[in-house]
Amino acid sequence: MSENLILRVASKYMVPFMLVFGLYIIFHGDLSPGGGFQGGVAIASGFIFYGMVYGKPAMQKILPRGVTDALIAIGVLMYAGTGFYCLLAGYRFLDYTAISPSDPAGGEAWGMTLVEYGVGITVSMVMVTCYNEITEGTLPEEASK
Amino acid sequence: MFNEFFVPIDLCLLALIVVLAVAVVQARNLLAASMLMSIYSLLMAAIWKNMDSLDVSFTEAAVGAGVSTVLLIGSLVQVGLEEKPRKGVHPAGLAAVVLAGGALLYGTIDMPGFGDPASPANANPVSIGYIRQDVEKVPDVGGHYKDFKQHHDYFHEHVPNMITSVIVSYRGYDTMYETTVIFIAGVSMILMLRGRRKTT
Amino acid sequence: MKYLAEHYNYWVAIFLMMVGLYPVIAKTNLVKKIIGLSIFQTGIFLFFVTIGKVKEGTASVLFNRTDVPWDKWDPAKYTNSIPTALILTGIVVSVATMAVALALAVNLKRAYGTIEQDEIDQADADDSQ
Repeated sequence: MSENLILRVASKYMVPFMLVFGLYIIFHGDLSPGGGFQGGVAIASGFIFYGMVYGKPAMQKILPRGVTDALIAIGVLMYAGTGFYCLLAGYRFLDYTAISPSDPAGGEAWGMTLVEYGVGITVSMVMVTCYNEITEGTLPEEASK
Repeated sequence: MFNEFFVPIDLCLLALIVVLAVAVVQARNLLAASMLMSIYSLLMAAIWKNMDSLDVSFTEAAVGAGVSTVLLIGSLVQVGLEEKPRKGVHPAGLAAVVLAGGALLYGTIDMPGFGDPASPANANPVSIGYIRQDVEKVPDVGGHYKDFKQHHDYFHEHVPNMITSVIVSYRGYDTMYETTVIFIAGVSMILMLRGRRKTT
Repeated sequence: MKYLAEHYNYWVAIFLMMVGLYPVIAKTNLVKKIIGLSIFQTGIFLFFVTIGKVKEGTASVLFNRTDVPWDKWDPAKYTNSIPTALILTGIVVSVATMAVALALAVNLKRAYGTIEQDEIDQADADDSQ
C-alpha cells in the first residue's frame, strides 16, 4: 500500500497525532472521560494504521516481536506488582495508602497512575499482537521503496 | 439540560441500529457484513453518548469501528469471503429465538422505567456513595488509619472522573483480573497463530 | 403510552440480543456465528447502560464544582457510574475474545479447508469410519 501517495502522506501526518491523543487519554484518565482501556486502544490504532500502510518489515523495525511480547507481560506485572508492594508493606492488597503512608491522597494518586499505565500498556500491545498474528502471511511483503 | 432532544435522537439511532443488525445477519458476502458491523459500532458509540456514558462511547468507537473491523477483514482474507447459500429460514432456530425473546420480554414487564432517579439501581446507597466517593471501605484492620483525622470523606481529594475511581480504586481487584483476561487473549493468539506454516 | 415511553429501550435491547442469537443457531458459517455473537453482546451492553441512565443527568465527570461540598452532590444529576464501569472493561474483553475466536476459525480453515460447519462434521464422520 505504500505506493499510494495519498495514504503515505496522510499517514505521516496522522500517526503522530493518534499516538499523542492516545497518551493524552491515558494520562488524563482521572480528570476527564478516559483511562487505561480507551487510551490503550487508541495507541494501538496508531500503530496498526502505520503497519497497514507501510507493510510488515517497517512495522517489525519499530516494534519488534520481542518488544511487544515483553510489554504485554510488563503491563500486567505493573498492576499486580503495585498490589503486592502494598501487601508486603503491611497494608491490604491494592490498598494504595501503602505508597505514601503519611499522605493517603497522594498515595491514591500514585497508585491509580501506575495501575492505569499498566493497563494501557497491556491493552495496546495485545491489540497490536492480534493484528500482527491475524494478518500474518496475507499482506504482500514489500521492500521499503 | 438538553433532554428534550433525547427521545427523538434515541428513536432515530435505535431504528437505524435495528435495521443494520438485521442487514448484517442477512448479508451473504462476509466482507459486506464486516463493513456493516463497522457502521453498527459507530452508531452504537453515538447511542452511548446519548445515554451520557462517555467512557463507553470512547471505547466502542475505538474498538468496534477500528480494531475489530481490521481483525475481521484480516481473518476473512484467509478464510473466504462468501457464505454458502442456504435456502429459507431455519425453523427450529427461529422458534428457539422467538421463545427466548418472549421469555425475556415477559421478564421486563415490571421493570422500573428507564431514566428514573428513584429506581432501585439509582437510589441504592452504594451507587450514591460511589458518586460522592464516600463509601466506607472495609474496617481498619491493622490500625493504620487511627492517626489520621477522621473526615466524612475517606479520601482527602476526590477524583473528578467517578468511573475511574470506581474501576481503579474501589473495584481495582476486578480490573486486575480483566487485564489478566486480555493478557491471556494475547498469549493465546501468539500460541495459535505464530509460526504455523500454511498447509494449503 | 407512558409505559411504552419508559420501556422501549429494554425491548430494543432484547430484540438485538435475539437478532444476534439467530445466526449462532441457524447459520453454518463460523465467521457469521462470531459476528452474531458480537451483536448479541452489544444488545446486552445496551440493556445494562439503559438501567444506569438518569433522566436529568449528565456525564459522571465532575468539572470544577467547588461551590457544593462533596456530601451534598445530588445523585439525580449524574448518570449512575456502576453500569458504565462494568461495560467499559466488558467491551475490550469482548474484542479480545472475538480475536481468539477468529484465530480458531483461521486454524480450522488450515486444517479442514473449509469453515462451513456441516462440511467439517462430514469430514470428521468420514475420518472416523
